[in-house]
Amino acid sequence: MNVVVFMKRVPDTESRIRIDREMKSVVEEGLNFIISPYDEYAVEEALRLREAKGGKVTVVALGPDEAATTLRKALAMGADEAVLIKDDRKETYDPLRVARVLAAFVKAKAADADLLLFGRMSVGSDNASVPSMVAEILDYPQANVVTKLEIDGREAVAHREIEGALEKISFSLPAVVSAQKGLNEPRYETLKGIMAAKKKPVPVVTIAELGLEAGTAEPHVEVLEMELPAAKQAGKTIPGTPEEAARELLRLLRTEAKAL
Amino acid sequence: MILTFIEIRDGKIKKSSLETLSEAARKARELHIPLQAVVVGSAPEGTGAELGAAGAAKVHILESPELSSYSSQGFVRALESLVRETSPAAVFFPATAMGRDLAPRLAARLGVSLASDITAVAVRDGRLVFTRPVFAGKARLTLALTASPAIATLRPNVFPLESAAGSAAEVVKKAVDIPAGAVRGRVVEILGEKGAAIDVSEAEIVVSGGRAMKGPEGFTVLGELAALLPRAAVGASRTAVDSGWIGHSHQVGQTGKTVSPNIYFAFGISGAIQHLAGMSSSKVIVAVNKDPEAPMFKVADYGIVADLFQVVPALIAELKLHYS
Repeated sequence: MNVVVFMKRVPDTESRIRIDREMKSVVEEGLNFIISPYDEYAVEEALRLREAKGGKVTVVALGPDEAATTLRKALAMGADEAVLIKDDRKETYDPLRVARVLAAFVKAKAADADLLLFGRMSVGSDNASVPSMVAEILDYPQANVVTKLEIDGREAVAHREIEGALEKISFSLPAVVSAQKGLNEPRYETLKGIMAAKKKPVPVVTIAELGLEAGTAEPHVEVLEMELPAAKQAGKTIPGTPEEAARELLRLLRTEAKAL
Repeated sequence: MILTFIEIRDGKIKKSSLETLSEAARKARELHIPLQAVVVGSAPEGTGAELGAAGAAKVHILESPELSSYSSQGFVRALESLVRETSPAAVFFPATAMGRDLAPRLAARLGVSLASDITAVAVRDGRLVFTRPVFAGKARLTLALTASPAIATLRPNVFPLESAAGSAAEVVKKAVDIPAGAVRGRVVEILGEKGAAIDVSEAEIVVSGGRAMKGPEGFTVLGELAALLPRAAVGASRTAVDSGWIGHSHQVGQTGKTVSPNIYFAFGISGAIQHLAGMSSSKVIVAVNKDPEAPMFKVADYGIVADLFQVVPALIAELKLHYS
């Protein structure tokens, strides 16, 4: 079973975001970057599938040279191979552009993959759209926001999180699956894994090599403004005993905030 | 024309779909273009009247035996045929689990991009402009889509409902042809449906607990409080979820769900950056914490510096006495 895991390098979720309003973008200087947290569940699931069924795990990132660090972490966790699709363009917030490049990669370099795994969304751009788009371009079935995955031959069953319930989806391979927290508990890299990962090559592929038609990797999203949310005014502190405070809080929510 | 996708769950039109349709109605009026709605599969009785009241002039119901349960591949083909036939300027979806699964698939099929999880729509120079939180709300992005139709998913609980925008919509049923073998994945069962359970992402009130909850028992008490409030759900911080006190589907924050309820109660949540990102767009925020220095107080509209284990029972007692 051959699995391709797509990963993204994103700003740490603990970091404060600064905006360059003129450039309409996030200031990258001083930011710490991590693997998008949901991608770790995707890598872990791929490793477990290989351990159970054999085959190969390839991790792929679209991004600048620095994204190779993200791939090395997955190699250290146990992935067999890594490929960086080099892209020096700043975040475009355009999921179609990303999906077209990744789908072209699958067609050109990984047509034998049985399963394409993603995190359920990359934190930051927060689109949660690339997995569905890649599935559509390749005409694969999809299961997004998955908390359980079982594969038997060419057939698979996934549990997908929806509002207040789970959908059980039955589908055939090849397919696209995006991982939600709860799918598994990602392993830590071992020292041995880290040392081995350092020695592994991370081949670089350019978008031009993927055979996309001219213009298809251009963004269809025009960013007009990027700003920080308006700062909130300081609120009221409600004094008194817990009983008094509870009573006053409910009164304020009803009469002042008109929210109850 | 603006086309709005209407989601049916348990034989009912979802409220988030009516909110999406209502916002589409306001934009259609501003642009002087018609508004239509589409249901895939089967629609409940009274659909024409309900969607007409929110502003739709026409409702398309797309039918096929292949569309009896949700499949992204089947639904996308049905929607594509309608879009090709009616050429809408925009297609709006609710940003629900289904909307966010399906809308990007339709966009890719049509060769266009999309705007996800939108919290504001405006008309500028005759075109639609969308605003959405990025970095889970740490920043706000305003964008336009350069190809037509403009596809967008609209966040639940953000857009007000229109209830008297028009008379009953014309209902048109259409059979769609889904080729054999085109659908290779579908929903076969819905698990753990608890009828009344409201997801944190759709709740009008979220009652959330953090590290100070100390264990799963605390969340049972928060559940009692939520049960006394209208359309309320229990939320949690990452610490509480990672400690195993409550399921991850309740997690609010940058690595959980981003919510915008009318009231967000934060009980014993200090307010880590990644949590604040997920809830700071709530309309009213209430913080209860023993630590007066907790960052949550900086974003709260109302704060109580006290032990949550004294405040929560007091709220429950007060609600039972005066509000039920």
